[in-house]
Amino acid sequence: MADVLLEVKGLKKSFGGVAALSDGRFRLEAGSIHALCGGNGAGKSTLLTIVMGIQSRDGGVILRDGREVSFSSPGEALANGISIIEQELSPVPAMTVAENIFLGREPLRSFGRIDFATMNAHAQELLDKLGFDIPPTTRMMDLSVAKIQLVEIAKALSYDAQIIIMDEPTSALGESEVEQLFEAIRRLKAQGKGVVYVSHRLTEIFDIADAYTVFRDGAFVQDGRIADVTKDDLIHLIVGRPLAEKFVKENHPSDEVTLAVSGIDSRNGVRDVSFEVHAGEILALYGLMGSGRTEIFERIFGMTRHTKGTIHLGGKLIAPRSPAEAIHYGISFVTEDRKESGLVLQASVRNNLCMASLVELSSLLGMTPGAEKSSATRMIDLFSVKTPSDRLEVSGLSGGNQQKVVLGKWFMTEPKILLLDEPTRGVDVGAKKEIYGVMSAFAAKGGTVIMISSENEEVLGMADRVIVMKDGRVAGELGRKEMSAGKLVSLAA
Amino acid sequence: MTNHTTNADKADDGQTVSAARAGWTNTSVMIQRFGILIALLILCVLLTFANEYFLTPRNIVNVLRQTSINGILAIGMTFVILTRGIDLSVGSVVALAGAVAASFATTSATQGVYGTPYPAVIAIAVGMAVGMAAGGISGVLVARYRVPAFVATLGMLSAARGLTLIYTTGRPIPALTDSFRWIGTGDVAGVPLPVIIFALVFLVSWYVLTNTRFGRRVYAAGGNPHAATVSGINVTRINIAVFVISGGLAGLAGMILAARTGSALPQAGVAYELDAIAAVVIGGTSLLGGVGTVTGTLIGALLIGVVNNGLDLMGVESYYQQVIKGILIVAAVLLDQSRNRRA
Repeated sequence: MADVLLEVKGLKKSFGGVAALSDGRFRLEAGSIHALCGGNGAGKSTLLTIVMGIQSRDGGVILRDGREVSFSSPGEALANGISIIEQELSPVPAMTVAENIFLGREPLRSFGRIDFATMNAHAQELLDKLGFDIPPTTRMMDLSVAKIQLVEIAKALSYDAQIIIMDEPTSALGESEVEQLFEAIRRLKAQGKGVVYVSHRLTEIFDIADAYTVFRDGAFVQDGRIADVTKDDLIHLIVGRPLAEKFVKENHPSDEVTLAVSGIDSRNGVRDVSFEVHAGEILALYGLMGSGRTEIFERIFGMTRHTKGTIHLGGKLIAPRSPAEAIHYGISFVTEDRKESGLVLQASVRNNLCMASLVELSSLLGMTPGAEKSSATRMIDLFSVKTPSDRLEVSGLSGGNQQKVVLGKWFMTEPKILLLDEPTRGVDVGAKKEIYGVMSAFAAKGGTVIMISSENEEVLGMADRVIVMKDGRVAGELGRKEMSAGKLVSLAA
Repeated sequence: MTNHTTNADKADDGQTVSAARAGWTNTSVMIQRFGILIALLILCVLLTFANEYFLTPRNIVNVLRQTSINGILAIGMTFVILTRGIDLSVGSVVALAGAVAASFATTSATQGVYGTPYPAVIAIAVGMAVGMAAGGISGVLVARYRVPAFVATLGMLSAARGLTLIYTTGRPIPALTDSFRWIGTGDVAGVPLPVIIFALVFLVSWYVLTNTRFGRRVYAAGGNPHAATVSGINVTRINIAVFVISGGLAGLAGMILAARTGSALPQAGVAYELDAIAAVVIGGTSLLGGVGTVTGTLIGALLIGVVNNGLDLMGVESYYQQVIKGILIVAAVLLDQSRNRRA
């Protein structure tokens, strides 16, 4: 049996009383490529950030070569032979490829001068060895996202670590680059190193990995050899038993088409997408990150320029050029990242709630504070936002309550079409239920909901119909009766 | 059932946490907002004891009049800083608008435009228009062409000064009409007109920022431009508008200055932008945008005015005044930083 490079047992971590990881178990052997699988919120990232010393743990043991370790920073993990390629890239754009690779450990000459010649030569050697065709003196800002990803990979490998963790390394790569990456990974394996490979793309896992570990809901489910499982087995392990019964939507959609999108493209990779939605329907857009779901919403909401395709609202052709116009048509857009684009964090709950309805809440003389207050109170009651006062800074609320404020802002505009991008991300179970309740009630009154979701349970429990996106195109469509977690995952991957 | 209890507990926890933080934030906001006011009051009390002349009506009117020009500039600056911008050009716009307005209101044959003197109303309208145009250009550069505000208004600072020198051929524009001079030297019931104008500018700005749609949009665009855009707010338009306001108020201040001194000087207003920014910052407006009030700016401007006046009265050299003002600015921002760190 091969040496065990890294072993993790009983790892625990909670955030504010909510367990993100309750039983993290993992075992990486030398000379193997180990796939870490699980849906969103399964606990993979939490496990990896703890191993790398980015987060502290509440309990459990980490063994490196059989020795118990506890890293308090990624630097320490690196010194112990563990390097990571993160999903979020962090290049210094104005520096060259070589400077990025050797950032913070540049070879020096006398008087502390950087030895650029040696640095560039080392970088060239490294890139050649990996078969990446990137000149080390190019600046990062002149590279494509795929090439930047390859540089990050080269950088992680340049530390000569025994263990290399790759978190979704192929999310930005094209096919030929993926092949280059896989060759590099196989070479690492031949050198006896251990690779932890995190990916949602099952095909890749079956291409490259030897072993797998599956996590679900923050706990270890099963591990074993890839040769011993089928793709369907793995999907079943990842998805688990469908828990859809918890929040099933009540009403049935009508036949009336409220929004029809036909053949739309977007600069960011959406290709020829068409669909129709009906009054009283909740339509889910399912897919991996980067599959083009959000871009569709941005098109409909007038945030990106119209190129190809048409949008019909209630039978009428519309082409909103700004969010203001889209709002005027009765469309609302709850964005994915409430801190980034949903809320003005320094502003009060009331001001945030009223932000999209300023015209309705004002007269010629100015804002009408009475109307603002009563409208805000109405939304706070409707969503049962837990806040001691509507004058409180919205940053003082919990994540779930902040999300309710974002939803309240849009409900105040009395929309006909509700676009929801990951409406319950980072929201606790209680708030989730309340949000689902309001969504259902909205649909029951004849409203139309289009919801982007990466959570299988949410799609299975809430959607009348689901469109699965892959690489900017519609990969398939499932009605309520044909939906299953397995079908969703296999269509998207 | 067990599940249910857990959820309820969680919800309760969430509320306690929020409530605790709410109290905290409010206290620090209070300290921050009233901290400057308290500093101002303590300073006034100390000066009253230190110098018998300080608390006389004449001196108070004097302080207010000296503060009015910086105050007007600082209020315009508040709009810009609330949207994450900065306007370095106000000092030069003071000179340009003052000179152009003066050329319409002078009886001088050589320095006036054709057909001078024009009625004061026309001269003032022209001066305002010049200020707003300068602000508009900066605003379009910043909002539409994404030039950093620091750079765009630094360019305007240089260009407007140069235009002033070209326009005046480097010489003062003297002999302004009495009706024009009235806005700088006149008074109503003993209150100087610059102070009355300052008060009106403050009241209107306060109303606009706290009670109108435009005000809400300014705060939203500065607090989180992305969220404001998604909420249907035209952030580009708001960003242009705040520079137009700042430019227009700089024009107004420039005309008051020219009217008070009796002639428009091409070198008027040099470095005025620094005091204006200082007043805004001391008044608690965050350079990160979205947080701040014109009331704070008013207090900030008054504090600077009282410090200058008090040091004058006590015979402290003006060199020391600058050092003290410097310390004041940094102290105010330190207060702001500590608040942000906690929140």
